[in-house]
Amino acid sequence: MSIFLYLVEHDRGRIDETALGGLTGARLLAESRDAGLQAVVIGAGAATAAEGLDAYGAELIHLVRHDLLVDYGPDAWAESLAQLAGTTGAGAVIATGTDRGNEVMAQVGARTDLAMVANCLEIEPDGDDWLMTRVRWGGSLRERARLSAPVKLVTLAPHSTDAAPAGEPAAGTVAEFNPELDESDAVTMVVDRVTVSEGITLATAPVVVSGGRGVGSAEAFDIIEELADLLGGAVGCSRVVTNNGWKNHKFQVGQTGTVVAPDLYIACGISGAIQHWVGMMNAKNVLAINIDRDAPMVTKADWAVIADLHQVVPAISAEIARRRTLAAESG
Amino acid sequence: MGSAVRILVCVKRVPAPGAKIVLTPDAQDIDSSLLGFAISPHEECAVEEAVRIVEREGGSVTVMTLGPPEAEEQLRSAVAVGATSVVLLPSDVPDWDPVSTSRALVSALAGLEDEQGEPFDLILFGNESADSGGYQVGIRVARSLGRPMVTGIKGIDTGEDSISARRETPSGWEVYRLPLPAVVGVKEGINLPRYPTLKGRMTARRAPVTTIEPVAGSSGQSKVMLMTPPDAGSAVEILGEGPEAAPAIVDIMESLGLV
Amino acid sequence: MSDFPSSARVVVIGAGIVGNSVVKHLAALGWRDIVQLDKGPLPNPGGSTGHASNFIYPVDHNKEMAHLTLDSQKQYEEMGVNTVSGGLEVARTEARMHEFNRRMTSARSWDIDSRLVSPAEVEELVPFIDPSVILGGWYTPSVSVVDSLRAGTLMREYAQELGALSVHPKTEVLDIETARGRISAVVTDKGRIACEYVVIACGVWSPRLAAMAGASIPLTPAVHQMIDVGPLEVLSATNNEIGYPIVRDMDTFCYERQTGGSMEVGSYAHRPIFHHPDTIPSIEEARLSPTELPLTMDDFDPQLEQAVELMPFLGDAEIKYGINGLLSLTPDAMPLVGETPEVKNLWSCAAIWIKEGPGTGRALAEWMTQGYPEIDPHASDIARFYSYMKTERHILARCSEHFNKTYGIVHPREQWDSRRNSRISTLHATTSALGAVYFEAGGWERPHWYESNAGLLDEYGDRIPERPHEWDRRWWSPIQNAEHLALRDRVGMIDLTAFAIFDVTGSGALQFMQYMTVNQVDRPVGSGIYTPLLTEEGGFRSDLTVLRMAEDHFRVVTGGFDGARDAYWFRKWLPESDCVTFTDITSSVSTIGVWGPNARRLVGKVTDDDISHEGFPYGTWKHATIGSIPVTMFRISYVGDLGWEVYTSMEHAPMLWETLWEAGQDLGVVPVGAGVYGTTARLEKGYRLMGAELESEYNPVEAGLARPKVKKADFVGREAYLRARDEEPAAVCCTLAMDGHVSTSGTARFPMGGNEPILTLEGGRIEDRKGRVSRVTSAGAAPSLDTYLLLGYLPPEFAREGRRLQVMYQNELFPVTVARAGSKPLFDPDDGRMKS
Repeated sequence: MSIFLYLVEHDRGRIDETALGGLTGARLLAESRDAGLQAVVIGAGAATAAEGLDAYGAELIHLVRHDLLVDYGPDAWAESLAQLAGTTGAGAVIATGTDRGNEVMAQVGARTDLAMVANCLEIEPDGDDWLMTRVRWGGSLRERARLSAPVKLVTLAPHSTDAAPAGEPAAGTVAEFNPELDESDAVTMVVDRVTVSEGITLATAPVVVSGGRGVGSAEAFDIIEELADLLGGAVGCSRVVTNNGWKNHKFQVGQTGTVVAPDLYIACGISGAIQHWVGMMNAKNVLAINIDRDAPMVTKADWAVIADLHQVVPAISAEIARRRTLAAESG
Repeated sequence: MGSAVRILVCVKRVPAPGAKIVLTPDAQDIDSSLLGFAISPHEECAVEEAVRIVEREGGSVTVMTLGPPEAEEQLRSAVAVGATSVVLLPSDVPDWDPVSTSRALVSALAGLEDEQGEPFDLILFGNESADSGGYQVGIRVARSLGRPMVTGIKGIDTGEDSISARRETPSGWEVYRLPLPAVVGVKEGINLPRYPTLKGRMTARRAPVTTIEPVAGSSGQSKVMLMTPPDAGSAVEILGEGPEAAPAIVDIMESLGLV
Repeated sequence: MSDFPSSARVVVIGAGIVGNSVVKHLAALGWRDIVQLDKGPLPNPGGSTGHASNFIYPVDHNKEMAHLTLDSQKQYEEMGVNTVSGGLEVARTEARMHEFNRRMTSARSWDIDSRLVSPAEVEELVPFIDPSVILGGWYTPSVSVVDSLRAGTLMREYAQELGALSVHPKTEVLDIETARGRISAVVTDKGRIACEYVVIACGVWSPRLAAMAGASIPLTPAVHQMIDVGPLEVLSATNNEIGYPIVRDMDTFCYERQTGGSMEVGSYAHRPIFHHPDTIPSIEEARLSPTELPLTMDDFDPQLEQAVELMPFLGDAEIKYGINGLLSLTPDAMPLVGETPEVKNLWSCAAIWIKEGPGTGRALAEWMTQGYPEIDPHASDIARFYSYMKTERHILARCSEHFNKTYGIVHPREQWDSRRNSRISTLHATTSALGAVYFEAGGWERPHWYESNAGLLDEYGDRIPERPHEWDRRWWSPIQNAEHLALRDRVGMIDLTAFAIFDVTGSGALQFMQYMTVNQVDRPVGSGIYTPLLTEEGGFRSDLTVLRMAEDHFRVVTGGFDGARDAYWFRKWLPESDCVTFTDITSSVSTIGVWGPNARRLVGKVTDDDISHEGFPYGTWKHATIGSIPVTMFRISYVGDLGWEVYTSMEHAPMLWETLWEAGQDLGVVPVGAGVYGTTARLEKGYRLMGAELESEYNPVEAGLARPKVKKADFVGREAYLRARDEEPAAVCCTLAMDGHVSTSGTARFPMGGNEPILTLEGGRIEDRKGRVSRVTSAGAAPSLDTYLLLGYLPPEFAREGRRLQVMYQNELFPVTVARAGSKPLFDPDDGRMKS
């Protein structure tokens, strides 16, 4: 029986839903190919991160340890993973298509001179080959691709599989793997961290209030910010807004900005061009405020208000404030 | 960095679609007959970053692309915003897989470095191309050249023999320090690229384009066809046409547990 | 949707500047139950209006266009969306400076204030221009920028407030249904609307819509490039959308127009780039809008240097935005307005620019309401095309040719270069061998003069004034004058195959023909009758001759230029029953004119038929045999000399020509071109020409073509005609003679009949009581009278023989005298030559 390796991404021991979703996807893939699934956790904090992975179907959990593995570094991680793949004779090495996942897997591909297929949604066998559907254009197009390789290197599109524990937990045996690394592998290690804010970030906020061309000016973003504050959410914007200099790029939601998946995405004066849509299409609920009934954002939203955002947004803030006051008074 | 920094930026010509992408009848490509083309957004920022470094420290920016002969348009647009020289690896093959692309780039790059007698101090790539999104060409090139590379970079500070590069995380920044020569994958947001001036455009029009025939190859990955994702269809509920819709909106927020 | 209408009186498709103007004016003229559709959203549905540069230069050499533009500017002003900026045109060449003189002249005709300015004055008006690259400028203070989207909204609202209009954006038309050649319904993605009328005002999409109904709107979407350049401190400092005059850099075919803190640079200099109406992207597919396609920068690049040359401060400004904007081009660069000839009640209002949008919308509404608009739409009439002119290849070829002339200097007599020989008569080989120089007439290649007649210059050269200015000589030859004199002295043969000829037959033919014509056509078989055709308002719709071939058979002979319009007009009035049959026989008939003092002797040598004055009186026709060729001869003359129009089957024409030609050798026969037929000989006889003197804004009384009696039978325009006869004419068509050709600059000049203003000795413009300006409608040499003649209308107080006036030509004044008020010929006033 062949084995598939899945690289579990973690931030100094902490893993998130995205990694568990990826692990779930890898398990389903392994099951379909009658392969055994083994998890790989690299570097400092690996032991913490490994806890509970058995519930998601990891038969064997490789804790990769080395003195040089003090933090994240694409070369060190990739070198370790490549060595492990060689040692285990893995038929496939899988990660999730995050910044790090793609980076490490590309490095593995470069080291092994094997093809690496990024951001796959579905994978099915075709003889020894794999036929996969993968993401293009940030999600607005898909590609049917063929992968012929003795070892399959793939990343799974983030959020393509919801995290779900296996029907019954796997063995989850923990094994330590010590790769051979030298200083050259540590050149690209993170050397420092700067913490900017501990507040709500765009990528993780439960509510994103986002403004587009319809906002009209940098000043007019005040009403967007006010509403985001009231909701404990983050402010976002479209590419036009960044290009016009109304907002810094870090607020930009979209293919080349931040990809978000909040519980509620409020799109104010955003027409919904593809570039933007692929950045927020995983939002669980979308409310569009737009004067154009047929804007793509409106037709794709769950709810819409066909009106000028400059009137509607302050009205929402006022309504929230009013209810809170009432609640406070009655409480 | 020392004086006269040499920077190479690798870019890709990609179509600029509207809100709906149309495929060619054989589903092999985007129907771009009525679309414009641009440098893929991350790479546009890479060109801007290179030009800014050179404006600050002196040196040269070479921009290279592998693409159809029409990609000359993108190279000229790079000159218009400050690139010093441009190199085209012309190919009529529409889709080069990432392995073949990186091999062709490495071969051309080696030739350029041989010619100038020393390596480029810095090679910039976009984090990933807008159209195919393979996330690997730069890394494969860097590996072939034996140079360090980090991707997802939204900030570069240059030092004497090294650079420091910043990657954005949910809580702030991760910082990397790479000795030169090095390779960096840049993300949009590192800067706001300038528009070309008329004079820039006039320079671009006359700029010579160096052509290097790319070496073709193949790898285990091949495209079968393109598909448009299933259309979810519209099930939008219109809550109103003015501020009077506010209570209904807040009701929904309450039901989602957000207020 | 429940509120989607299932029926309407009229469906207007398109909500750009044109469609909006049409709905407004229809409503204003009393129409109700108007439904307006557009597949795009409001207020900017994504057509050409949405990206227009929105400026108006009111001066145009073409009278119809000038009036439509002035009316439009006035309408924008009334709506409060007209911002006066002033507008400059700058010249880099002497030829352009000459053209500015012509523009000054047209400005005077239409009473638009404008002036020539020196480079220094240009710099004062627009300080960021480098005056050293220009020779001078031409400044029009009333040039303005309009808000065409806001205007559209206001016009729709006007109609909505009258309860006349319901508007349905984002509604796509899928089909236009017809029944028995008439509009019956419009099918949309939201439902079917039964209706009586449809107006297509869809700009670049119009051909697609017309095709749904089986009609043709011959235009092509074409690219006009624009870039937005900024930010520019100098411009932002004006704190204005437009603070400096617009600049047209005419010799580079570019314009620079301020828009806030940026400069919009537009170009008509790039290669012609065409699109097909079927492949314009949808709103979803387009990155900007369907008509704002990605800029192909290579095409714009050459213009950048010229722009920076003129305005150096642009060099460091950034190109922030650029488009290949789509606009509509037509084969002859004029709009497409009116009822389509193919489908009743299907109206076109397309290929119209912002500057003439509201005026054209008004004209169309008047046309649909009153039968004809106030401003004569002769040159915009969609019925003007022959079928081959509506094919894609012809459209593209002609549009390719004229696109770069958008800011070009176009000579009034300028000929097309592309797609020539599309229509040639069987005489073409013969006339080619004689060195014919062809001008296009209704698509036909028509000899304008013959190089083989160059030898006549030895004989007549001393009677032909030189034209020292190249502009006056262009598309002209002194041989024309020589041919004229030879015809008057001896005899000439003219290829008139370009005539359009129709047969009207059937039991209702007489009644129908009586209804169409002003003059009595119920004359004995064998008669030929000249007659005007009028609009319902009593203006000229056409003039032509009618031959009574049989009791129930009339043959109509009309000019090639207006053949298609005339055919449409006859068909439009055909009775529903089949008692009248209309047949266009143009392609089967060739016509040769034989005129001159020796004409009877010439024809007499090759026919046995009686062609004596008594046996073949003036104004009659006969079947005859010339040599071996059966012909129909019509004794008539547009040149003022004895002779005939000789008609024969197309295949016989070369043999007929050869027979006449041989017979004429010892009589001094010369081939004669249309330069004589249409201009010099005509002017000596004071004959009026459709499209010049004759137009819908003038009636037969004013033209001097009213007959002493009015026939009893009813006819189109009869009531208006009777009213016109009862009142003192507001203007009289006059012939003026030039008293001197030499201008203040010392060069002899020769006006062309291009709307040059006729002025008082004090230099004042002359307008009649209906507000119509006196201007030159035709001009040309009168070799037999040894003078140079001009036609034009004058108010009665000026229409007095001997009255001295002035004509402005190229911004200079020339003395003229009224030689004839009315239609009595100057040459051979009693018609003795042709009627004996």
